[in-house]
Amino acid sequence: MADPMKIRARLAGDVADLRVLMAHPMETGQRKDARSGQPIPPHFIQKFSIALNGTHVLEAQTGMAVSRNPVFGFKLAGIKAGDKFTITWTDNHGETRSDETVVA
Amino acid sequence: MDELRRHILKSGGGAALALLLGAGLLRPTRVLAANWNAPAFESKDVAGALRGLGAGAAQAQASADLKLDAPEIAENGAVVPLEIVSKIPNTSAIAVLIEKNPQPLAGHFEFSGPLLPQVSLRVKMAETSMVRVLALAGGKYYSSSKEIKVTAGGCGG
Repeated sequence: MADPMKIRARLAGDVADLRVLMAHPMETGQRKDARSGQPIPPHFIQKFSIALNGTHVLEAQTGMAVSRNPVFGFKLAGIKAGDKFTITWTDNHGETRSDETVVA
Repeated sequence: MDELRRHILKSGGGAALALLLGAGLLRPTRVLAANWNAPAFESKDVAGALRGLGAGAAQAQASADLKLDAPEIAENGAVVPLEIVSKIPNTSAIAVLIEKNPQPLAGHFEFSGPLLPQVSLRVKMAETSMVRVLALAGGKYYSSSKEIKVTAGGCGG
């Protein structure tokens, strides 16, 4: 199981600034192991979604060009304290991780 | 003919369908069902990536309302911060393409509900390249580009 995401939702008025950090190597498949010279197989997040109180508001697909330990930032309008964000990612190995945060 | 059809519906077909529905295999998932768009992401050129997205290059219209905020010079190609903001009404999706990367398409984001059409992310860049962002709004594609100079690539090693 991958490490938990770090999710931060900061409210300014009714606009939420949502930032998420996913712990993932995002291996491109283009690099070679320095010692063995063998190619390092690709291992990267392909999809993630954001749900607000159980309703999907974002469907994202990502390629191997996203940096290691990806950080994404979003903004949402009409958010209030107590709203819950659930973020779920899936990588090319089929591994998946879901974390949530409640707007304070 | 009709009798045969009725028979199939009554016995085999209906039962199988009910079974599938029960197992959740045919559940009408609205958005989650989408598979990773391999043809678009694995394409080695921009044209192929655009085809994979269903966005022919010729249709995209340059727009000043689609803003790409990024450094002009990225010292480290492994981590290049990008921020994309669309002020085009009814923007429903944004795509990011790094033209000279081995696989140009970096990300595709579909927005709905209270999510504003903007996203920030960090990408790897193999070399100095134009970065093109696309926004889909009301069935039309809009684009905006910016060159980012890379002094140390982020894909080799």
